[in-house]
Amino acid sequence: METQQQLDNFQARIDAGEKIEPKDWMPDRYRQQIIRMGSQHAHSEIVGMLPEGNWIGRAPSLKRKLVLLAKVQDEAGHGLYLYSAIETLGVSRADLIDQYLYGSAKYSSIFNYPTLSYADVCVIGWLVDGAAIVNQTKLAQSSYGPYSRANIRICREESFHKKQGYEMVAKLASGTPAQRKMVQDAVNRFWWPTLMMFGPSDSDSPNSAELIKWKVKLNTNDELRQHFIDRTVMEAEAVNITLPDPDLKFNQETGHWDYGDIPWDEFWDVVQGNGVMNRERMKARREAHENGAWVRKAAQAYARKKKLSREQAS
Amino acid sequence: MSEKNEKDWPLWEVFYQPNNGKPYEHAGSLHAADAENALQNARDAYARRNEGIGIWVVPSNQITASTPEDMGPFFDPASDKPYRHPQFYSVPRAVKKRS
Amino acid sequence: MSTDTLTTQKAFLKYLLRLADDRLILGQRVSEWCGHGPVLEEDLALANIALDLIGHSSALYAYAAQIEDKGHDDDYFAYFRDDYEFTNLQLCELPKGDFGFTIARHFLFSSFSYYQYELLKNAKDEQFRGMINKHLKEIKYHLRHSRDWVLRLGDGTEESHERIQNAFDEVWMYVDELFYTDDVDEIMIASGNGADVNSFKDDWKKFVEDTLTEATLTIPDWDQYMISGSRNGMHTEHLGLILTQLQFLRRSHPEADWK
Repeated sequence: METQQQLDNFQARIDAGEKIEPKDWMPDRYRQQIIRMGSQHAHSEIVGMLPEGNWIGRAPSLKRKLVLLAKVQDEAGHGLYLYSAIETLGVSRADLIDQYLYGSAKYSSIFNYPTLSYADVCVIGWLVDGAAIVNQTKLAQSSYGPYSRANIRICREESFHKKQGYEMVAKLASGTPAQRKMVQDAVNRFWWPTLMMFGPSDSDSPNSAELIKWKVKLNTNDELRQHFIDRTVMEAEAVNITLPDPDLKFNQETGHWDYGDIPWDEFWDVVQGNGVMNRERMKARREAHENGAWVRKAAQAYARKKKLSREQAS
Repeated sequence: MSEKNEKDWPLWEVFYQPNNGKPYEHAGSLHAADAENALQNARDAYARRNEGIGIWVVPSNQITASTPEDMGPFFDPASDKPYRHPQFYSVPRAVKKRS
Repeated sequence: MSTDTLTTQKAFLKYLLRLADDRLILGQRVSEWCGHGPVLEEDLALANIALDLIGHSSALYAYAAQIEDKGHDDDYFAYFRDDYEFTNLQLCELPKGDFGFTIARHFLFSSFSYYQYELLKNAKDEQFRGMINKHLKEIKYHLRHSRDWVLRLGDGTEESHERIQNAFDEVWMYVDELFYTDDVDEIMIASGNGADVNSFKDDWKKFVEDTLTEATLTIPDWDQYMISGSRNGMHTEHLGLILTQLQFLRRSHPEADWK
């Protein structure tokens, strides 16, 4: 059982800004929250490969093909760093993957939207990766050591993702009429779902308070969302993109941009599994996993055989 | 336990040497079926951006780590031996300036 | 062949395009694995290989454009030619198949490339030579990766053995083309910039046979029917569909800048 003394000592370490390492004592609930949040983060990176991967084959220049492929590859890498971080808590990756492919573990809903044009992947780079950076920069300071370190590594790589996206958005926005139309349409579709990426409003976010108390998260969903909006409004203006929110207005008193009502009904719908691509995404991931089973088994069998023959030889 | 091991390839810890002459640093971990596989995976997962010039991979279960309970006996005694650290010794001011 | 005399410059252009087309089309195929690999680590590896291949093609096309001297760039060759103008091996355009097929094909292609580039690395043309030497390092890695997997799958489980054996059986009729030569090769060899592929054919065959044997696989019949014609624009119907995907966006907006 966890004693109050243990809990107090733990909280004191957190408050002192110490990092918690895998073998340190931690409340069971803390462990569970790290596993829940971290694996959800990892699953998101992996499912996140699909909407952008959709355009690798069609990228409009060899340079853009290489950039996109490298970016989607990075996402696999990020998933790997995150799974590794969570595995330090004694859960296996196989179990984590089972939980999202066949169980109830979630991933970020943004990836349940389809990429209809090449501009979508550019806008994903700008907005979705931009939002992810806001989140991950904070998570890099998270109290759980391995999770914090994974996020530091991710942040180092992620800034290229956003930059290439924004560069391409700028190019499209000053391009041919067709390119301008394409990119504005993509922004119109991705703006609100991007804002939803920060999670429900603080009042509707059951885990927030606890996560902040333990410094797993450092800011509330609404704070991060506001930070993202403030930054993005300027970036949109700079390249003549209109953000699809007539209520966006600078508030002199707060020094922040006020924004309109986020369509939370849509958010909860998609979270429940009712988005355009939810089923397709899960199907694609399950197929990859199941079609790969024989490969994974073969490598294990081969390693066993080799080990055995080495042992017999010595 | 064996059930879990069956599903996942074994876990490996990856270390890389960032530059010539520098000590190896822990990069992270990954799964691989065998050592060669681990080495190649490490290159793809942790050295995509020229992060290193050398890689070590070690089966995670071969690492013996200190526990938090070891912290006292392992590290505290060192903290009252200031004579092990260069800051313990004073250097004439003139020399300090030159260096 | 055409009645035009094949100048050294034209031969060089064709030679570069053959090399580049192989790598673009195979790279496009390998990139299809991205997000669908058998295990996360392998997803990363396959993406790296695709990146290398497409990167090599881009460099080769850029040099081809320079040799051609008509104001084209690397993208021109990738995006604005039709099926019959592509001169890649049919081996490279076949659908990605299962992981076993991808590995079998890649093992054959990268081992061939390795021998070929080992000769080309001494090419007279400085720029070409520089490119080859840079790419050779990556080819060595591809070979190591694919060879290791041939061993693992061949000598892994019953299922993996059967799958990789089937893959080799299926792909075998496409390997003879690796050693196709014509006047393009002759001119290139004569000018000190080509590789005489037949000089290493036996070594390559032995290397492949040794690997398959070590992997407990049966070596398919070298004397079976072998397809031909790719180097002069003959293809399976798969190529057209690859190009449809690869080129559609760029061709839909030819006036737009996407660089």
